[in-house]
Amino acid sequence: MNPVEILSVLLEGEWYDFRDLGNPIGELADQIKDWGAPEWVAYLVSTLLGSVGILLWAILSVLAFIWIERRVVALMQNRKGPNRVGPAGLLQPVADALKLLMKEAITTTGSDRILFWAAPIIIFVPTLAIFAIFPWGENMILADLNVGVLFLLAIAGINTPAVFLAGWSSNNKYALLGAMRTIGMLISYEIIQVLALLAPVLFVGSMRMADIVSWQHDNVWIILIQPLGLLAYIIAGAVEMNRSPADNAEAESEIVAGYHTEYGGIKFGFFYQGEYLAGFAIAAVIVTLYMGGWRLFGLEEWIPGWIIFLGKMYAVFFIYIWSRGTLPRLRIDQLMGFAWKFLLPLTIVNVLIVGMEVLIWRENELSAGEALPAIAVINLLLGLVLFAGWARFLGHGRGTQAASGAVLTQEIGAVFFKPATGTEMTN
Amino acid sequence: MDDTGVVIAFWALSLMTIGSALGVVAARNIIHAVVFLVASFLGLAGLYVTLSADFIAVAQMLIYVGAISILLLFAIVLTPRGSRDNAEGFLRLPALALGILVAAALIFAALDTEWAIADREGFDETASLIGDALLDKYALPFEIASVLLLVAVVGSIVLVRPEPIEEDE
Amino acid sequence: MSVDLEHYLIVSALLFSIGMYVTLAKQSFIGVLIGIEMMFNAVNLTFISFARFVESGDPLAGHVFVIFTITVSAAGAATALALAVLLYRVKGTIEMERMDLLKW
Repeated sequence: MNPVEILSVLLEGEWYDFRDLGNPIGELADQIKDWGAPEWVAYLVSTLLGSVGILLWAILSVLAFIWIERRVVALMQNRKGPNRVGPAGLLQPVADALKLLMKEAITTTGSDRILFWAAPIIIFVPTLAIFAIFPWGENMILADLNVGVLFLLAIAGINTPAVFLAGWSSNNKYALLGAMRTIGMLISYEIIQVLALLAPVLFVGSMRMADIVSWQHDNVWIILIQPLGLLAYIIAGAVEMNRSPADNAEAESEIVAGYHTEYGGIKFGFFYQGEYLAGFAIAAVIVTLYMGGWRLFGLEEWIPGWIIFLGKMYAVFFIYIWSRGTLPRLRIDQLMGFAWKFLLPLTIVNVLIVGMEVLIWRENELSAGEALPAIAVINLLLGLVLFAGWARFLGHGRGTQAASGAVLTQEIGAVFFKPATGTEMTN
Repeated sequence: MDDTGVVIAFWALSLMTIGSALGVVAARNIIHAVVFLVASFLGLAGLYVTLSADFIAVAQMLIYVGAISILLLFAIVLTPRGSRDNAEGFLRLPALALGILVAAALIFAALDTEWAIADREGFDETASLIGDALLDKYALPFEIASVLLLVAVVGSIVLVRPEPIEEDE
Repeated sequence: MSVDLEHYLIVSALLFSIGMYVTLAKQSFIGVLIGIEMMFNAVNLTFISFARFVESGDPLAGHVFVIFTITVSAAGAATALALAVLLYRVKGTIEMERMDLLKW
């Protein structure tokens, strides 16, 4: 017998399955019901176990990624990154966390004490609640809502007033400015998120996360048939999780640190964790809706589904680390204009196209093998054409890319290179 | 519905809803009132879940908590020198009397009427059924509602648009 | 112990009357708007509980109606915000008792 078969024999006959942590918890719940406890006790115990598991994962994951992100960004920027505390700086996140915990909890004068303390918690808790609806494995779903996709957006909506409260209660004009900016950005990009997430829902015909994953297992990953929607969602996600190139909410060079200017110590720690968790949540949405969730072409038979899920999620999150390390920050008006003038029309057209495709597919009773390759090709081509065409229509064609001298520099007598002929000077 | 979990959830959530609503009355600061209002909305979303109205519950969170509360906060921020006081005006006592009377009348009606209670379980899922209904039976109201939203958006913009600056001749 | 239609209706009635009190008594324009939203929500709760409990040929009609209510209240809130900003520009305040142009 080869080792794979031995392993499968070992796993098949056992009393629970290591590959899916949902199974032992389900067994435990059944056991509790056997002991005569009412149903809600079993439900409470299993839910509590799941929640504690998610909380532990969240804290450990954030601690790990504080180190990973700083090292990776340092590598990209040709620096060393944290390398003093522990071997290769591995204990740096622990040191950071200890520092945050031991700092004095300052409440600024003139602030609204209750809201000032409540805001970090109001931001942190809903972000954690998002992870309940993702399928981490076949049975590892804490709450398999049938309106899962909508729930995601609703949770993002709860965060918005919390950001305002944080900024307003600090009694600091920079905090309030940052909060208003953040709200404007979040509301604008929430529309983009809704429209982008509508396309996978249209294909699957269900908002339940588990259904979306199994549809992708039966047919094809939605990333292949929805490239434009995925791109829009990735950009909207960068805004949602407040990361460069869209970290205008805490633009250090403009408004100190945005809505958490006045926060220090563990309250700031909550904001920091919440931001990381929002990032993981966006990555998890991309993985679940576009990249097949916990399944990986049959490999989930051998590797636990949650390891595949986490692997994909961290891989997607790496895109955001990458963009943070390399891209400069956009101006706030550029960011808002991009949402309303560029992404909004594109995503609306995208939803229209997807709706027509699904309609043609269903009405003509085509098989998935016939319809999906055509849809993939059409969507890719249309996406490219729309993207390039709309950019050109808005005046971001190739011509204006040539270097142009700044007016002020010219006026104080600097050497000025004339732009290439046939192009207009911006400014 | 005599499942213990539902009963506990109902009492906790209605306590949250009504308590936060009373908080809106009692709060002296208008922003605190908005915060209490948001808590009340969240409690209502929970009550909708106990009534097996999953889509409406999430829509409640999305629209009331995420959008309308933001509108209220914007209205407060956009009137910077306006009063931040949430005090009652001269109509306080008549309003109190009217409120108590209305509550008494509604509760009396609710308790006194013989409702035709249906013997059915809650809905399994409502999103797709609501979608079907909106695009089939209620297609015309749906279209009118979207026109209403458009009119509201355009009207709001026209109302608050600053006067165009006159060009000097 | 069980939860019935009456329980939900009482919660709704209390919420409605609190909303009505807030609408009538509060001085601030925003306070009045808050009261109106509370009344909308109380009505929505009634619709949903009737849809769940009461005998009907089309039980989802209540849900659909709530969607329309939410739409209308969102439109109303947006317009009211615009009105508040406009009134603030004209009168410099958003207190209801100072809006007395018709008293002349």
